[in-house]
Amino acid sequence: MLQKYEPVIGLEIHAELMTQSKMFCGCRVVDSVEAEPNTAVCPVCLGMPGMLPVVNRRAVDFALLVALALNCEVQSNNIFARKNYFYPDLAKGYQISQYEFPIGLRGYLDITLSDGTIKRIGIRRVHMEEDTGKLTHLSDGSLVDFNRSGVALLEIVSDPDIRSGEEARAYAMRIRQILRYLRVNTGDMEKGVLRIEPNISIRPRGAEAFGTRVELKNLNSFRALADGTDFELDRQAALLDSGGRVIQETRGWHDARRETFSQRSKEEAEDYRYFTDPDLPPLYIDEAWIESARIALPELPQAKEARYRDEFGLSDYEASVLAEDRAVAEWFDAAVAGKGAGASPKTLANWILNDLFRLMNERGRSIDTLPVTPAALVALLGQVEQGTINQTTAREVLAEMMDSGRDPSSIIESRGLAQISDEAALTSIIDTIIAGNPGPVANYLGGKENLLGWFVGQVMRETKGRANPAVVNELLRTRLERERM
Amino acid sequence: MSLTHTDVEKIAALSRLSLTKDELTHFGEQLSAILDYVAMLSELDLSDAALEDQTAEHHNVTRDDIVLPSLSREDALFNAAETRDGQFFIQSILEE
Amino acid sequence: MEPTISTLIELRDALRRGELTSVAATQAMLDRIVAIDNTIRSYLTVTDEMALEMAATADRRRAEGEDTPLLGVPVAVKDLLCLAGAPTTAGSKILENFISPYNAHAVDRLIEAGAVILGKTNTDEFAMGSSTESSAFFTTRNPWDTERVPGGSSGGSAAAVAAGLAYGALGTDTGGSVRQPASFCGLVGMRPTYGRISRWGVIAYASSLDQVGPMGQTAADTAALLSVIAGYDPRDSTSLDTPVPDYEAALTGDIRGLRVGVPHEFFIEGIDTEVEAAVRAAIEQIARLGAEIIEISIPHTRYGLPIYYLIASAEAGANLARYDGTRFGERVTGSDVIDTVERTRALFGPEVKRRIMLGSYALSAGYYDQYYGRALKARELIRENFRQAFETVDVIAAPTCPTTAFKIGERVDDPLTMYLNDMLTLPLNLSTGCGLSTPCGFDSKGLPIGLQLIGGPLQEATILNVAHAYEQTQPRRKPELALGDIA
Repeated sequence: MLQKYEPVIGLEIHAELMTQSKMFCGCRVVDSVEAEPNTAVCPVCLGMPGMLPVVNRRAVDFALLVALALNCEVQSNNIFARKNYFYPDLAKGYQISQYEFPIGLRGYLDITLSDGTIKRIGIRRVHMEEDTGKLTHLSDGSLVDFNRSGVALLEIVSDPDIRSGEEARAYAMRIRQILRYLRVNTGDMEKGVLRIEPNISIRPRGAEAFGTRVELKNLNSFRALADGTDFELDRQAALLDSGGRVIQETRGWHDARRETFSQRSKEEAEDYRYFTDPDLPPLYIDEAWIESARIALPELPQAKEARYRDEFGLSDYEASVLAEDRAVAEWFDAAVAGKGAGASPKTLANWILNDLFRLMNERGRSIDTLPVTPAALVALLGQVEQGTINQTTAREVLAEMMDSGRDPSSIIESRGLAQISDEAALTSIIDTIIAGNPGPVANYLGGKENLLGWFVGQVMRETKGRANPAVVNELLRTRLERERM
Repeated sequence: MSLTHTDVEKIAALSRLSLTKDELTHFGEQLSAILDYVAMLSELDLSDAALEDQTAEHHNVTRDDIVLPSLSREDALFNAAETRDGQFFIQSILEE
Repeated sequence: MEPTISTLIELRDALRRGELTSVAATQAMLDRIVAIDNTIRSYLTVTDEMALEMAATADRRRAEGEDTPLLGVPVAVKDLLCLAGAPTTAGSKILENFISPYNAHAVDRLIEAGAVILGKTNTDEFAMGSSTESSAFFTTRNPWDTERVPGGSSGGSAAAVAAGLAYGALGTDTGGSVRQPASFCGLVGMRPTYGRISRWGVIAYASSLDQVGPMGQTAADTAALLSVIAGYDPRDSTSLDTPVPDYEAALTGDIRGLRVGVPHEFFIEGIDTEVEAAVRAAIEQIARLGAEIIEISIPHTRYGLPIYYLIASAEAGANLARYDGTRFGERVTGSDVIDTVERTRALFGPEVKRRIMLGSYALSAGYYDQYYGRALKARELIRENFRQAFETVDVIAAPTCPTTAFKIGERVDDPLTMYLNDMLTLPLNLSTGCGLSTPCGFDSKGLPIGLQLIGGPLQEATILNVAHAYEQTQPRRKPELALGDIA
């Protein structure tokens, strides 16, 4: 179909903001899956008569961070508008949103496609609004829970620059990653705190006019987003090929059946009758406010990845895995910053990606609850560098550090793990081994020089792995050569 | 400005009002008369009127992100026409 | 039966001197309500038990040496303001059984000041009207002539105070709903500057125009109420965080040198000649008190009405969208969810339906610019008119209404004529100042006429002082209640 038609896809992403209280009232923001229904509601978020909204400043700060992170032009004039429509989960009969004067306009986000190419996706707008309540459907009616009503919500609307399910997925994953980096959203799609809705249409290649678009809902994973989008593109192409026409509608994604189904046709565009909310004076975001947000803006994942690649020589894979989660990246950054004369960033990266991650997995620990500090890992690798312990012992020590939180030097000391580099001590052990193994010695001298490793192993066994392998190697070689004489 | 029957039906639907045939006719006439009257605003030259020019004296009214007590569930549901299991109960609505 | 004390200030001073208790004053009011309010019909709900409890508390507090600005004073509140634990109906069937879990900010202020809440007064449904005839429950009678309307929408509050069924009352003024009934009932009624009184807990009609206003027998009564209810409330984003002056202390009666502007556009064609004569006489009296009278112009006065109806209706349409029968309010069950919402909302009366529909239309796709958008821009012209006027004058004087109280039923189904009644009050609501109506005589039918005094933003003390100075030169009259065997 891609030869014949050009897919045109734009994404609308709704992200709940992780403020303590709701957007316009003091109700606590609760986990809408876990919390008892209608226990985090007040007259304001129930839309009761005479109740008035007051803007949560932290929600604006969060929105501002996102707008900046998505390279938007931050709008100084922010106006809240009423979006009028009826739905049982909408308490006031209108949703407070931003319309003509949103917080961010004309941004962009670069995504990396599977073939390594970078594609820039335009961000049309970022605006603040409030979430609605939640409906539960029973056989004889529906239940409405307003715990979620009034939770601060950010809407991020892309330009129709996306051309495939894969691009949609890459874009959405990047957005999610940035929101998590900014600590404004958990990214939990299952719980609906992040909701992704593509608008999908196709047009014959070369055509100017856009095709009729379909809005896709119920996508609660990135896989569903990619598959649903591709399914929809194929469905529309097949429709056009068979002489049919695409109708404007909202379709849902059926995860089990792997197909989209019609939910609601939108023969007529809904008339939202937006107008400025007279209950909320304008919000002017001046340079000082923007500047304070810029200062609070962390280094973003793409910048981190680039730095890890270009400055530290990490692979694309290593860089992206380390940068994936802000806490991990900051852990790595702290280790690199504290490394002194010790391990290189590359070595630190290897230890984190291989050993630390494995131990975290085994012990079900997250980076936030890690008993090992970046400085402790650096100290551990310093011991390896200095030859106090070898790599194998270091792994053991790290495991112990994970369990006890103790620093590496005290573990090495108390368990007597320091390497034996003392030549006199090692020489006597080697002498005993050579004396006790005439056969292998003869074979070695007869030309089986790879038996050296076997001798090293014997020394290691004798020293419980604490012998300095480099020293052992050298001493063994010299001692065995002396046997020839 | 004379609103047609269809116009009035559309406005009533937008307003979520169920009106009788008589009401539609009656309100149609009254609204038409009001619209004729308000048409006098077209006499005004409004080309200079500046709106949204960031000059509102009253602006940037916000609150700290502080949690305040919510209603008890009992109070929250007290005025509802019908409740079930701690929730507001309505007739079936198509899954969206 | 007839109370000997008639003003709020007189009662407050008597309570302070210990000449009577709040319980006695409250009980007298409640008795009088029982005796004559079935004729006047000013109250929708009489909160007698609550009132007597509040009165007893007030007496106890006073016995302990406490004093607060309105300690023990019985007042009434328009049923558009929420009173916790009591019905709040907004004059609508749809809220007939709504029990508010919260107080309006202004009600909280009254209670903190020690006032006794006698009950909730009648209002046009959701404050949409000028006569109380669009109340879903009944029409309140004008105590000066019970065949006539008390004005509206705060007609219940006005009638209650005029009939001696409360020592003062709160109303709300969106397009003149305090000043017009004050004018019709021979009271002082004020619309304060937008933001001066919190709108928290005041059922919204048109959010950019709504403002609570006090009503009293005199300027001093009104000032005493205003001093209590004015002030900053962080729960209302449009509330003004500026200090509240002592409005009573501002009533010096000295208005020498004050510049009083008279806009010729307010003496419109169709204004009752007796009204015009009385208002002009009052202005002359104000001149004799030492004020300077200056002819001014509010050139866009005549556009006030269309601007007002478009803006107010658009906002109202959204404000009233919440009445869908889900979380509160009545529900009329239909064939499905949508049908239920539409049938429930059919409980709204005709005036409310008309305005919701006008609002929907004025905001709808393809019509926004022509109607709502244009009205917003035109509103700026009116604001500019007032800004300019207040560069040369301190106060504007004009009639409150073109006529005195009209007969019940006379204009019910003629919305445009009804709306014209608000022609002279609503320009102020579109602007940013404050205004009041104060009695300035009677027409030949014995109906009160109101003088409107308009001040710039936060100039409440100034206009109250003008009203007070003028009031000192006038005889006070109370309605001879035509109440048959009760009177």
